[in-house]
Amino acid sequence: MTASPAKKLVKMANQIAIFFDTQPGDPATGIAHHINEFWEPRMREGLLDSSATTTEGLSPSVVKALAHIRRATQPA
Amino acid sequence: MKDFILPPKDDRDMGTPASRSLNMITLKIDGFDVTVPEGTSVMRASAEAGIQVPKLCATDSLEAFGSCRLCVVEIEGRRGTPASCTTPVSEGMVVQTQSSKVRKIRKGVMELYISDHPLDCLTCSANGDCELQDMAGAVGLRDVRYEAVDTHFQPRQNGEANPNYIPKDDSNPYFTYDPAKCIVCSRCVRACEEVQGTFALTITGSGFDSRVSAGAAGDDFMSSDCVSCGACVQACPTATLQEKSVIALGTPERSVITTCAYCGVGCSFKAELNGDQLVRMVPYKHGKANRGHSCVKGRFAYGYASHTDRIVNPMIRDRIEDPWREVSWEEALGFTATRLRAIQAKHGKHSIGGITSSRCTNEETYLVQKMIRAVFGNNNTDTCARVCHSPTGYGLRTTFGTSAGTQDFDSVEHTDVVIVIGANPTDAHPVFASRLKKRLRRGAKLIVIDPRRIDLVKSAHVAAAHHLPLRPGTNVAVLTSIAHVIVTEGLADEDFIRTRCDWSEFADYAEFASDPRHAPEATEMLTGVPAAELRAAARLFATGGNGSIYYGLGVTEHSQGSTTVMAIANLAMMTGNLGRPGVGVNPLRGQNNVQGACDMGSFPHELPGYRHVSDDATRAVFEQLWGVTIDAEPGLRIPNMLDAAVEGTFKGLYVQGEDILQSDPDTHHVAAGLAAMECVIVQDLFLNETANYAHVFLPGSTFLEKDGTFTNAERRINRVRRVMAPRNGLADWEVTQALANAMGAHWAYTHPAQIMDEIAATTPSFAGVSYEMLEEKGSVQWPCNEAAPEGTPIMHVDGFVRGRGRFITTEYVATEERTGPRFPLLLTTGRILSQYNVGAQTRRTDNAAWHPEDVLEIHPHDAELRGVKQDDWVRLASRAGETSLRAHLTDRVSPGVVYTTFHHPVTQANVITTDHSDWATNCPEYKVTAVQVALSNGPSEWQRDYAEHAERSRRILPAAE
Ligand code: SF4
Ligand code: SF4
Ligand code: SF4
Ligand code: FES
Repeated sequence: MTASPAKKLVKMANQIAIFFDTQPGDPATGIAHHINEFWEPRMREGLLDSSATTTEGLSPSVVKALAHIRRATQPA
Repeated sequence: MKDFILPPKDDRDMGTPASRSLNMITLKIDGFDVTVPEGTSVMRASAEAGIQVPKLCATDSLEAFGSCRLCVVEIEGRRGTPASCTTPVSEGMVVQTQSSKVRKIRKGVMELYISDHPLDCLTCSANGDCELQDMAGAVGLRDVRYEAVDTHFQPRQNGEANPNYIPKDDSNPYFTYDPAKCIVCSRCVRACEEVQGTFALTITGSGFDSRVSAGAAGDDFMSSDCVSCGACVQACPTATLQEKSVIALGTPERSVITTCAYCGVGCSFKAELNGDQLVRMVPYKHGKANRGHSCVKGRFAYGYASHTDRIVNPMIRDRIEDPWREVSWEEALGFTATRLRAIQAKHGKHSIGGITSSRCTNEETYLVQKMIRAVFGNNNTDTCARVCHSPTGYGLRTTFGTSAGTQDFDSVEHTDVVIVIGANPTDAHPVFASRLKKRLRRGAKLIVIDPRRIDLVKSAHVAAAHHLPLRPGTNVAVLTSIAHVIVTEGLADEDFIRTRCDWSEFADYAEFASDPRHAPEATEMLTGVPAAELRAAARLFATGGNGSIYYGLGVTEHSQGSTTVMAIANLAMMTGNLGRPGVGVNPLRGQNNVQGACDMGSFPHELPGYRHVSDDATRAVFEQLWGVTIDAEPGLRIPNMLDAAVEGTFKGLYVQGEDILQSDPDTHHVAAGLAAMECVIVQDLFLNETANYAHVFLPGSTFLEKDGTFTNAERRINRVRRVMAPRNGLADWEVTQALANAMGAHWAYTHPAQIMDEIAATTPSFAGVSYEMLEEKGSVQWPCNEAAPEGTPIMHVDGFVRGRGRFITTEYVATEERTGPRFPLLLTTGRILSQYNVGAQTRRTDNAAWHPEDVLEIHPHDAELRGVKQDDWVRLASRAGETSLRAHLTDRVSPGVVYTTFHHPVTQANVITTDHSDWATNCPEYKVTAVQVALSNGPSEWQRDYAEHAERSRRILPAAE
């Protein structure tokens, strides 16, 4: 029952969104900050790459957060 | 408040417990002035003055009992000869401990005892370690004037079987009970009650007929409620209750103080030896976590260190299908270094990583993460805390500012209401449980929030005021409902919140929690917790005095693990229960050094001291010292490493002292990840399950064989001291250093003390820690630095580490793991007393006597529906996989819930668990899996395949001549 890598990242991102969606303030900022802080670059790349093709299945807040997620090459 | 402690090396038995009074009393004993706290016994006061009054039934771990009459003294102005153990001191008292009158009484008492005692001292196992012997000497007993007609020790009398003779009880694997030598002082009975809290022993009969008896009539120690903690053995003044190891090996002649390597309580022990032969482990009475107590694991289950399964030579193989080849350290390390560098050359710097061990020392963990960051050149380091307490780190850092519990264990002595949630202390943290039960027997109230009716809910002389038997996975809903009751009934501590927390954040939270959808009546259907019971529990916690919360893996190992930790923090803040003794948020850590492994920078995003890798100033500290550049990006966590391995971008893994194949969820996925790697290095005591997929096996050393420190659940840094040479030749830190050097580093540590100095120099919360200071103080709780030179028993005293305490909204979100027609039951997992985690150590000791296999607890109703009877083999299946084990019918679990442990590899309970995990930390959701149970006729196909595969992959080639 192991999901494909891209699906797994989508699921993880959505789970994070579920939390920040319930918090006061802008969820997208919280989500992006959390992902930048805890996700290894290849995971962030994986999410950004797969979402460049399609954002299907991604929670709306994650879609909004995408712009704030750092590419591996970008300095912190 | 400074605690009153004897000089640390003083192990004398003071006869009765210390008094905590601050009122001092002065009296005269044998002409000397003595000043002691009010409430001290005359016996203890004498001991303080260096005068040992003879005694048999008294010992300083127990309340005085006054039955033997050996300790009598004369007191001016008082009639008769009072027992000094039961007589409290008073101002101006004048005591004579050695008058001819009391000497005569004492001799008479000893004569009586000795006349009914076998005089085989020379061959007795307690020879040299027997208080009866000592007292005979102390009172100057030279002859026994009468011969007893009836005795308890002669098997035959007047040619006939002696009805008073009871043969030895050998049923416990670790100690014997020889009634022939018993003097019926009842120290054992009282130790079982007062210290351990199990009440397994009683004195039956009276007068000459009184005997110590375990359990009910017909029971022996093994069949009684005895949990083999050993407190009675330690309390027994004679050879009646005696360790079998002492009987076999003789009385020890030297001792070394060290720390238990099993659970997060971190008990201090005296390892007692003859030469380098370990004879027994005795809990150290000045150990601040355990105060002289221990459990069966720490005291008795050390036999694995010398088990024949232990691998002591390095081994390598090209492919995991090959048999192992024993090689020299040099060859093994050269092979490893070449492979890892080749992988990096081909797949990039980030294609390898490592896992630190919560069983190893702080110094060892620090070195492993240093090797990964400085020598591997990436941040791909993680630790098994990922799978247990990572949400604690995230949750408590977010709310309070520190990734650790707030109290010391002594704090429990001051608590009035305790919430235990998602923890089973009597099994997983036994010594803490004993201390908690002691407080409960003295009147504190208990609230248990757990799907199972754990032992604490109802046991001898302890009962929970409320048990909230929630459905697995609904922690957040229950805790938010408790907050709802507190807020809507006006029970919140507004003063505390206004002065210590952010009021507007609280206001937001209060508004959120007040919503009717969080009312217990509204959540009852979902959580299964009766609303009235929940309301009563909430009121009790908010109004019952000092409230403390203790929690375990039943909180963290959920998809909402981090949220639950924050809900707990909210509850403590809104009731003002932080910053003083008796309160606080207390994670009960699983393994001995989980706290330390986290502190030491094992996580991929954090350098030691919980500082993010993207922080330039922190990196600069380490870069300067290490002479390398540190990656500013977070590395991979364990589950991410395995995902990346399956994808083909992660190829090499160094695993120190962990068995991720057995301990991590979704075994199939872990196995696939490991199988996809080109170089897996396992460093451990035994060929563990992960080693089935390894190319290199580096033998590890036990805690008895090395120096270092462990940090327990109360942030206490305890010394681990080497008591014997490593059987594998090297301590684990030496192995890591050798590997780093084989890969081009130039490390030259010669003692772990130097590693601690490096930790202190780089990590502010450890700045004041050194081996010299630990030698002097015994132990210290971090933060320990200029601001807190004595360490920090209780955190957030004058304010939160982060400034103001932060309330976080805790919306309940159902896990994706749901029951349905195919998988209608919820499985939750846990552990039991005698076994430890994956069981690699405890299974290799006589502890196996208590838990030979994992069983499935199922409610009789669910069992009946499926035609399952007690002890039947059942098939346990989830969406992830299936396994088989035996059923145990019990109403400890509610209908709809089943429960098992994961101590045995044949069960492979994690074949069942899924890859769901905590949203913030990826901590796996062990505690909720939807399953189905059906009758089966033995082990599953996977289990048979697995056993076969394991056997094949463990082959070792005979050494070449
Ligand atoms: S070993 Fe512990 S539980 Fe067992 S009888 Fe002795 S004190 Fe009680
Ligand atoms: S077994 Fe030992 S401690 Fe217990 S009553 Fe007998 S002599 Fe005393
Ligand atoms: S396992 Fe835990 S409670 Fe038992 S002796 Fe060791 S540290 Fe103490
Ligand atoms: S030691 Fe005081 S009565 Fe036994």
